[in-house]
Amino acid sequence: MSWQIKVENLSKMYRLGEVGTGSLTQDLNRFWAKIRGKEDPYSKVALTNDRTQKAKSDFVWALRDINFTVNQGDVLGIVGRNGAGKSTLLKVLSKITSPTEGTITTKGRIASLLEVGTGMHPEMTARENIYLNGAILGMTKKEITSKFHDIVDFSGCAMYIDTPIKRFSSGMRVRLGFAVAAFLEPEILVVDEVLAVGDADFQSKAIGKMKDISKNSGRTVLFVSHNMVAVKSLCKTGILIENGTVKAQDTANNIVDLYLEKASENLTPEINVIDPKFENDQIKFETLTVYPKVPNISEDFEIKFKIKLHNDGLSGLNIAFDLVSSQEVIVFGSGLFAERNTDGYVEATCTIPKNFLNTGVYYLNIYISNESRRNLMSLNEVVSFEIIEDNRDYNYLGKVNGLIRPQLNWKVN
Amino acid sequence: MSKNSINIISSKRGLFSINFKEIWQYRDLLTLFVKRDFISVYKQTVLGPTWFVIQPILTTFIYTVIFGGIAGIGTDGIPKFLFYLAGITCWGYFSECFLKTSNVFVTNTELFGKVYFPRMIAPLSIVVSNLLKFTVQFILFIVAYCYYYLTGTNVHFNWVLTMVPILILLTALMGIGLGMVISSLTTKYKDLRFLIAFGVQLVMYTTPIIYPFSLIKNKLGEYYWLAYFNPITPIIESFKYAFFGKGTLDLAGLTFSAIFAIVVMIVGTVIFNKVEKSFMDTV
Repeated sequence: MSWQIKVENLSKMYRLGEVGTGSLTQDLNRFWAKIRGKEDPYSKVALTNDRTQKAKSDFVWALRDINFTVNQGDVLGIVGRNGAGKSTLLKVLSKITSPTEGTITTKGRIASLLEVGTGMHPEMTARENIYLNGAILGMTKKEITSKFHDIVDFSGCAMYIDTPIKRFSSGMRVRLGFAVAAFLEPEILVVDEVLAVGDADFQSKAIGKMKDISKNSGRTVLFVSHNMVAVKSLCKTGILIENGTVKAQDTANNIVDLYLEKASENLTPEINVIDPKFENDQIKFETLTVYPKVPNISEDFEIKFKIKLHNDGLSGLNIAFDLVSSQEVIVFGSGLFAERNTDGYVEATCTIPKNFLNTGVYYLNIYISNESRRNLMSLNEVVSFEIIEDNRDYNYLGKVNGLIRPQLNWKVN
Repeated sequence: MSKNSINIISSKRGLFSINFKEIWQYRDLLTLFVKRDFISVYKQTVLGPTWFVIQPILTTFIYTVIFGGIAGIGTDGIPKFLFYLAGITCWGYFSECFLKTSNVFVTNTELFGKVYFPRMIAPLSIVVSNLLKFTVQFILFIVAYCYYYLTGTNVHFNWVLTMVPILILLTALMGIGLGMVISSLTTKYKDLRFLIAFGVQLVMYTTPIIYPFSLIKNKLGEYYWLAYFNPITPIIESFKYAFFGKGTLDLAGLTFSAIFAIVVMIVGTVIFNKVEKSFMDTV
């Protein structure tokens, strides 16, 4: 099989902090180095892209020495944590910004879908916007005209074709945008998480179309997503990006497993209450923890809240949380109103029953509001923990599929 | 682009490596941008494209009253209304092209940040959109001109009329060229946006729009050529000369303008081409 994309020693440097007055001196230094034919004086001091370290330099490598090859007809999933450099890689691949070092060689046209409906104008009709959006994505007028009916059919907006899209619901706009994109015919397609929008019906339509594109047309697709289920079902191969470098390139299944494994290394079943994000002028978290810290699937576990109230006017708090799986699916949400105790605290404990959640990594999104449901603090993915399993009373040893794992009654007849 | 053509994205790019072929492939996008600009102006307005002529008419009217009437600045015997309208029409084209191009990265950040297309399409579409607007205003000027001409006012066109298309081309080149030079700086130094917005207005007063060039000539005497350091001056002066037969046609000055326009266009293109590939990091 022949290669279609070759990425060699690709690096991208960004400046940290604000682009402001200091930048003029740096610009002049750079310019001076350039006319003397020297290399960029700031490229040596730049850091690797590790957000946990406090910056010691003004420059950072968002991508560092990225190398990979994509074969023709491959569907490559690009996975990595937030801030690992996935979006930067996409931007460089889509020619939105240029690399600091290295090259990308491609055979054929690249079209990128970082957003659906880019450049659509609200005052123009759906018909006019199909042409405008198509042209922005690189189609010619002729190409669009030949596919116009398919696009309209796919979008399901036939009735409103001559209505300005400012009258459209946001869902309809997304449909229209995706419909145009779905009929692009480049040799290489770069797709960001566009599937994360729209209603369920549309999502399944979009995933179906993506599968269609990747399986039947022999097109090369690069797909970036946080949804591991989607990566597994759409992609054949994958790469894992960490701190701006390629950690691994393998089959999509292996890459997803590796990603999930990596993700569990840095779990925080208990919050660090010193972190200022857990305090504001109204409340302060004293405790937010999962107990036991590594729950076993065959025992109950608790989520404990203890919150100090800074505001004496608060009679209590609405405490709510969403439990999110490592594949970013919200398993369930729960909450209650808890009154303040005499010491000025709100304390509550929620027990999650045994034999309910499957093994794996979970996160909590926390929402605290006052009596009248005005939001006081929302925290996303603050607590993370893993449910494990130490013994199993039947023969199969692999991972049991699914988000929940109830213990059901089986009868042998 | 053919099916298996090899494309290379690299950190290095030569100064003059402008992909004209690619720009040509995206020509449909240019016409659609022009259409978008046009539609967004007149959609849901009662008067529609008439707004393109209402603006110059009102401006000319005010100039006629203030500068012609109250300040009493002469117009070389040319009907005041016609004199100001000619200047405003030409200047309007230049300043719109210049201002819009100089802000092209800032106003299109959203779009440029999400999808790639040859960025030159954006300034080119500005020039074409404004050419349409200019054409409408020019027709207004011609109508007014015919009225004065047929009622026997003292205006006489001459052979310079054949040069008018060239004059318009030079105006466009100067507008887009200067705009592209500035656009590379506005991405980083936002102060410039404020500076140029009123700077353009100030430059208008150094251009013979509200006064005839002969006025400067009388004041500066033999140093009148100093006024040509404003390269738009010879163009507007030639335009007026073509229609009115008064004023000056200075071929040396016009040559200077032409060279200036071409140089600024080349420099602007090179700078624009350089900035477009990384402006997203600084805007």
